[in-house]
Amino acid sequence: MDQTIHLKINGKEHELNIPTHRLLVDCLRYDLGLTGTKEGCSVGVCGACTVLLNGKMVASCLTLAVSADGAEVTTIEGLAEGGRLHPLQQAFIDYGGFQCGICTPGQIMAAKALLDENPDPSEDEIKEWMMGNLCRCTGYYKILESIVKAVEAMKGSRP
Amino acid sequence: MITGFQYHTPRSLEEAFALLRDYGDDAHIIAGGTALVILMKQRLVQPTHLVSLSKIPGLDSIATGDERVHIGAMCTHRMVETSPILKEVVPLLSETYYHVATPRIRNMATVGGGLAHADPNLDPPPSFIALGARVVLRNPSGERTLLAEEFFLDYYETAIQPGEILTEVIVPRVPSNSGTCFIKFLPRTADDYATVSVAILLTLSDQDSSMCQDVRISLGSVGPMPIRARGAEAILRGRPITPELMRQASEAVEAEVEPLDDFRGSARYKTQMAQVFTRRALEQALRQAQDGLQERY
Repeated sequence: MDQTIHLKINGKEHELNIPTHRLLVDCLRYDLGLTGTKEGCSVGVCGACTVLLNGKMVASCLTLAVSADGAEVTTIEGLAEGGRLHPLQQAFIDYGGFQCGICTPGQIMAAKALLDENPDPSEDEIKEWMMGNLCRCTGYYKILESIVKAVEAMKGSRP
Repeated sequence: MITGFQYHTPRSLEEAFALLRDYGDDAHIIAGGTALVILMKQRLVQPTHLVSLSKIPGLDSIATGDERVHIGAMCTHRMVETSPILKEVVPLLSETYYHVATPRIRNMATVGGGLAHADPNLDPPPSFIALGARVVLRNPSGERTLLAEEFFLDYYETAIQPGEILTEVIVPRVPSNSGTCFIKFLPRTADDYATVSVAILLTLSDQDSSMCQDVRISLGSVGPMPIRARGAEAILRGRPITPELMRQASEAVEAEVEPLDDFRGSARYKTQMAQVFTRRALEQALRQAQDGLQERY
C-alpha cells in the first residue's frame, strides 16, 4: 500500500509516494539518493542511521517514513553550508575522528543533536550522549577529541 | 521485509476507537515504534492496519496535582527524563528513564508504548510498581485503571483488552520520610537490557526514623513480568531496619523470582544477583530516606 507524504529534508520540500512500510533510512537512501545516512544494525542500537527529525535525533532504521509525514529531517548532507563543512565535520577530518567512515555520519549527527541542545558539554556529557554510537575501528578517543575541538571552534566563532 | 499495511493517523481517541473496532485483530496500535517496528521486521507481528497515536492531541502531557502526577502515554522517555517537575516530585522516574537504552531511543520510545510492549526486561515497569502507579485504559464507553503490578500478565502480555487504549499513567507523589532507588546490573554494555533491575520505595515512620513504615520492592528481568517482591517487603514492614533485616529481606526475593537462563546469565546467577541488588537498592533507599530526614531537622 502506498501513501503520499511530505518531508522537508535539509531545507528542501519533497513530496513522495512510498509504500507504508518504507523505513525512513531506506526512503532517504533509495528514494532520495541521500546515501550519507548508513544502516548498520537495523535494530536501533548502533547509531549509524542517526538523523534529526524535527531537531531531535532518531534512529531512521526504526522510523516508518509515513510516521515522519510533515516533519523536517536533517541528514549529514544538510550540515555543510555554502560549500563550507560544519565545524563538526571539519573537526572529524582534522582530528582523525574516523577510519572506515561507516559510523561517521551517525556520529556527527548525534554530536550535532547534542550541541544543539547543549553547546558547551563536558567530556562526561559527550561520552554519555555518544554511548549509543558504535565505532568498530577508530576507538572512541579520537571521536571524543573531534567533538571537543568542534565545540571549541564553534565557541570561537560565536560573537 | 516488513509486510504491507495501511497506516492510520486518527486525530482523536474516538477515531482511534472506531479504527480498532473496524479492523479488530488486524489492527495494531503504534506509538514510538522502537519495539513494534523491530517485531514487524522480524515478522513476529504482521498487522495489516497500523493505528498511530501520534496525531491525537493531549496524549503527551505531564500534569501534576497535589497528590498525583499524570504522565501521558505518548510522552517520550526523554520527556520524562528531562521534565523539571518530575525531577522534583518523582525523581525515581527521571532517574529510571535516564538509564533506558540511549538518548536516541529515548527520543522515540514512549511511556505507554513501553508499558504495552510488556517486555519483562524493560526498566520503567519496576519503578512504576514500586511507586504504586496506576495505568489508565480508555475504551469507547469509559475508562478503567489498574495498578501497574496488575497490568503485566506474562511475557509481552498485558491486561489491555481489544479496543482499549492506554492513555496515561498516574503516579502518586512520593510520601515524606521516603527514599527511592532504581538500580540495574549491566555486566555487558551500558545500553543492554538488565540482567536484573530493582526499584524500591521505602518509607520510614514519622515517629521513629529507624522504623520501616512501608516498603515496595519490584524487580525486572527475573521473570515473565516485572515482579513485586511481597515476601521481602513483609519482612521489613513495621520493623526497625537493621543491616541484618535488610539482608534477610534481600534473601527472601529468591523465592519470588523465576529468571530464565540466557546470555545475560544463568537462572541461578540471576537469582543470586537479584538478592545482591535488592540489598544494595534497600541500602540506597534507606540512606536517601535518612538524608531527607536530616535535611528537614
